Amino acid sequence: MQASIVVTTANAHRFDPAARSRATAFVVALLVLWPLLVWSQFHPALLFETRNLAAIAQFLGGFLPPDMSVEFLRHVMRSTIETVAIATAGMSLAFLIAVPLTVANTRALSIARIGPGPGWRMSRVLHVISRGLLVSLRGMPELVWALVFVRALGLGPAAGVLALAITYGGMLAKVYAEILESADTEAARVLLQAGSGRTLALVYGLLPVAASEIVSYTVYRWECALRASVVMGFVGAGGLGQLMDQSMKMMNGAEAATILVVFLLLVLVADAVSAALRRGLA
Amino acid sequence: MGFQLGNVVLTYPNGQRALSRITLGAGRGERVAVIGPSGAGKTSLLRLLGAALRPDDGSIEVLGQGPWRLSARALRRLRSRIGVVYQKPPLPGRQRAITAILAGRLGSWPWWKAIGSLVYPADIAGAEAQLARLDLADRLFERCDRLSGGQLQRVGVARVLYQQPDLILADEPVSAMDPTLSNLTLGQLVDDATARSATLIASLHAVDLALRWFPRIVGLKAGEVVFDLPPVRITEALLRDLYAAETSVPPTQAPEPLALPARGPRNVAACKPQ
Repeated sequence: MQASIVVTTANAHRFDPAARSRATAFVVALLVLWPLLVWSQFHPALLFETRNLAAIAQFLGGFLPPDMSVEFLRHVMRSTIETVAIATAGMSLAFLIAVPLTVANTRALSIARIGPGPGWRMSRVLHVISRGLLVSLRGMPELVWALVFVRALGLGPAAGVLALAITYGGMLAKVYAEILESADTEAARVLLQAGSGRTLALVYGLLPVAASEIVSYTVYRWECALRASVVMGFVGAGGLGQLMDQSMKMMNGAEAATILVVFLLLVLVADAVSAALRRGLA
Repeated sequence: MGFQLGNVVLTYPNGQRALSRITLGAGRGERVAVIGPSGAGKTSLLRLLGAALRPDDGSIEVLGQGPWRLSARALRRLRSRIGVVYQKPPLPGRQRAITAILAGRLGSWPWWKAIGSLVYPADIAGAEAQLARLDLADRLFERCDRLSGGQLQRVGVARVLYQQPDLILADEPVSAMDPTLSNLTLGQLVDDATARSATLIASLHAVDLALRWFPRIVGLKAGEVVFDLPPVRITEALLRDLYAAETSVPPTQAPEPLALPARGPRNVAACKPQ
């Protein structure tokens, strides 16, 4: 028995003890991913067959040149404002939903974990419940919520705002909680140990450490909300999406191209805002 | 009203024993220095007293209350009466010194005052007064990541001075300071504790500082109390025995910048006439 222990420790010094588990993980990943590619009918060679290339070229050719007529641009302008409004209003509501859920959810602010102290079991139960709530909020795609709300509220932006608020609220809370947990939580723990409450430990101890991560994720989500609002527009939730849906249905590629250019500009703006905010918080 | 430990046992998650059967107490307004080689359990002892760690066995009473028998609300109130000075104060780099100091009263301020203080500092004069005691008033609005290790330690001390706790636990509070600042800082902690009849427990690596500022010295070694004496009764032999294991510590461990244990006995002689 003792001899075998000696041998193992000697081996552990000669070989990297982590090598075997790493190799196993690599092989397992390959074994899982390969069948997934097969099932998803992924045949990249098809893309380059002349027949298919011609079809793509014909489709994209219809997009050029973009439609720059004043009348259409006026439509685009109005829809752009609507899209930005949907995304921003949806994100603001999502943020309001996410903040209390984050404070309730993140382990970085758990007072009962110190010790562990009184109410430890209760806090575990609440943690599981709030995690479940987050999953149910973000589990359903926003498109489905949009369909539901379009039925309830009729065609228009309000349905998109509500759909975004619900799914993005769940996503924001989950990722915020995880950003806070992976930040340096020492400063917040020390405050909790000096009798501070969760929210105050968050704003005095955790936000100063994690603010730039939080901001960059929030702005990125706003960018995603812009894209999502377009997709929801296709089911009647207003904005650029609804306009694009009309253009596509009328096979008007030029109009679609204009809308895509506007889209690119919006994403560029989001990127610039994010960079500026992060610089300010550095 | 200080604290009372009875037969306290503390085991690390890895099974290693941090403190074994410690019985130790201090009354209100008492000042105790805890000395001993690294790994003796000094930090664990302080974290236990700060209600940050729960003992595996034995009884603990802090400021007249058993922390682990309290409700969540009462435990929070008890913790707000305990101030901890950390060797490496965990302060967010982006936070300014004033915010870090005012955070000392988060446990006692109403929440609206604490939130409002982030918009405009609620008590600039109060924070400045504490920082001035430590000769650092000019750094009041400096960000913590622009401060040196010793300055950061003084901000940590200022936070606890501002907190005005009934029990002050200082874990190597002056390890990054030169002798002059070390004495200034310890002097201010002692003054504050004396003025408010607060209990002060400090772990110190520098034996000369312990002997100079504290009327009671506890020697901790391998999780056990080996002596508990006034400075005049600390002998060279006691100290040599206390730090006997330190020589076998691998040299990779960073040495403390202040008074090495070997210098302890000489400082004893220097201190005796006091």
